[in-house]
Amino acid sequence: MKHAFLKIKNGERVHRESIPHLPFDVFCDQLISFVFHKGHIVQFFAYMDPHCKWLVVLRNSELYVAGCDVPEKYLSFTLQYEKFHMFEREMAEQYAIKPMGHPWLKSVRYHHNYPGKPDCFGNDYFDDIPGCYPFYSIQGEDIHEVGVGPVHAGIIEPGHFRFNCIGEKVLHLEIQLGYQHRGVEQLMVKAPLKRLPIIIEGIAGDTAIANSICFSQAVEALSSISIDQDAQIARTIVLELERLSNHIGDLGALSHDVAFLMPAAYYGRIRGDFLNMLLLLSGNRFGKGWVRPGGVNDSITDDQRQQLIKSINLLRPQIEHVGDLLFNNSGVLARFESTGCVSAETSEKIGLVGVAGRASGSPYDVRHAFPSGFYTNLNNEPKIETTGDVLARAKVRYREIKRSLHIIETLLQHPNHSDMRRKAIPFHPSAFVVTLNEAWRGELSHCIITDKNGNILRYKVKDPSFHNWTGLALALRGQEISDFPLCNKSFNLSYCGFDL
Amino acid sequence: MIKCLRNRWEQGYRTSSYPKEKISLPERYRGKPVIKKDCDPKIIEDCAMNCPQEAIHPDQCTIDLGRCVFCGTCERIGKGQFVEFTNDFEFAFTQKKDCITDGHIPDLHQDANMPIKKLLGKSLQLRQVSAGGCNACEADTNVLNTPFFDLSRLGIQFVASPRHADGLLVTGPVTRNMKMALLQTYDAIPSPKIVIALGSCALSGGPFRDSPEISESLDSLLQVDLFIPGCPPHPLTILYALLAYFK
Repeated sequence: MKHAFLKIKNGERVHRESIPHLPFDVFCDQLISFVFHKGHIVQFFAYMDPHCKWLVVLRNSELYVAGCDVPEKYLSFTLQYEKFHMFEREMAEQYAIKPMGHPWLKSVRYHHNYPGKPDCFGNDYFDDIPGCYPFYSIQGEDIHEVGVGPVHAGIIEPGHFRFNCIGEKVLHLEIQLGYQHRGVEQLMVKAPLKRLPIIIEGIAGDTAIANSICFSQAVEALSSISIDQDAQIARTIVLELERLSNHIGDLGALSHDVAFLMPAAYYGRIRGDFLNMLLLLSGNRFGKGWVRPGGVNDSITDDQRQQLIKSINLLRPQIEHVGDLLFNNSGVLARFESTGCVSAETSEKIGLVGVAGRASGSPYDVRHAFPSGFYTNLNNEPKIETTGDVLARAKVRYREIKRSLHIIETLLQHPNHSDMRRKAIPFHPSAFVVTLNEAWRGELSHCIITDKNGNILRYKVKDPSFHNWTGLALALRGQEISDFPLCNKSFNLSYCGFDL
Repeated sequence: MIKCLRNRWEQGYRTSSYPKEKISLPERYRGKPVIKKDCDPKIIEDCAMNCPQEAIHPDQCTIDLGRCVFCGTCERIGKGQFVEFTNDFEFAFTQKKDCITDGHIPDLHQDANMPIKKLLGKSLQLRQVSAGGCNACEADTNVLNTPFFDLSRLGIQFVASPRHADGLLVTGPVTRNMKMALLQTYDAIPSPKIVIALGSCALSGGPFRDSPEISESLDSLLQVDLFIPGCPPHPLTILYALLAYFK
């Protein structure tokens, strides 16, 4: 396949002039052709400079970037490939670029567009979310609707779920998010530099480390800072600790949702032990305040290293014994198997990433495909399952838990004396950088574009949940509505990471 | 069955006896700050200038714990000569103004509202609403239900319906899109009811202050009875605040 896109590397700074700025028709043809050849979209967003432009980052086995000028209306790409649908809705909302013929052109987060143009959805934002756009509804004698949220029964984030059911069977689930929209991307452009790491850590608390690493790598690329290997190792350790705490918590929660309370209690507690390891290193249970551009704030002392090794040696057999209890219980298997299936074909069509993608047979893991930092020295063969059900998503997590433990144990063998490169260095002007990391949910990506003075012109964040919420909606089709909590937990997607 | 028993045996008994027994947190944990007023004014100025949350007022030598996200920048820059974060997790406020502190933090037991304590102290049911934020406060509230903390042993429960609740525990900076749902949930709780603001976002907008996408601060929308600072507050800080105020 021939195309004019520029091949780039994860975390590599590129001068904006070297990014192909294509005529609109050529851009569209090549973009469609790339996706046709099993290409995926990493980032696709608009920005003003001074008029509206597009920038797309694509991946197959390599990463590519290209841009073009944007018309106010164009024929929706979603009509050809579903992968585009959320990106097009987001651009319509942020920059009032209308994809003609988009099958479900509804706001994503419900806010005014950035340039102050007439709204694509006809909202004036005086009404409450979701404004004047209706929910999808199905008519019929035995059809009923169930609306849940934004305030849910437990201590969880807000979101609205609208089910169209026939009896107990779900025909369609529409997920309306945006309740947590805080305007992160706009704040990242306006706020002073010193606030940025704090805002980044507030995108999603459970992914604070992965977001901090993406941000720090991007800043380091823009400032030509290289960090030492021990700092890279320290970042790898905390990113894997973040993965462990969340994956273990998820397995416990899945067990809870099928009323098998022993693994729920045990894994719930063990999750806390991993959060406490982050507390030991960073002073915060979510690792906030530790990873910063230039390295990590305090190096890992030998005493802390020994404490971590001791805790992991103690916890490893417990994790395995509880796993044995969970995965060999016939009641659990009966509920996990064949529930909430997403086929490999569907997964490919909508571009699932991370745990959910790998559970449907997609062998994509950023640590393997585009490794950054110390991951270039590790064996990161993706752990995949093929059945695409709740069981597959649980098993992928369990296998990744074992691998993460192994990675951390290996990295803790050697003393770590990382050095922090604190000096603030101005950003390169007219530059572009994209960073990708495998957060525990999947591919997390940050993009920074700087203007000719080296100020941030556009900051773009894409949480893996941006791809995967569609997967949850599709997983529910044909399921019993009572299986929703279980399916939802098996994806465990981020509301705040999506809402930004 | 054998596996269940073996796991049960291996896990043992894990529930903490806090508050009867103290728990000590790691050295790097940043809890209640000590503020040294006699510090070189240049250092204070430097700390104030570099504070990402602009929480330090150099003239008064105070720090606003409602704004502070406990990132430790001031402690690092001033090498602990102005602010030093101790590993004492027991602090919370009943008045927003007290969050701006020169190091003195009023005793929460004494500040507690006695009639409320009498009314709700034995059995407290709370409804949690996440009004934006990053889900870290929610996660560290949820963790109070795990075996180590075992919140229900202390007569406190989080309930599903606001109709069953005695009060509201709010996290997040109250985004524009959550304002209505938050106020409706508050209205659905029978009176008398209390409101708890949890985490830097709910106290001051936190990392998201000045964003046009967040609405007025929680305490200007509702009367707040208890302010729990942190980003997020440690679960033990939350537990301490609930016990000191209600028990």
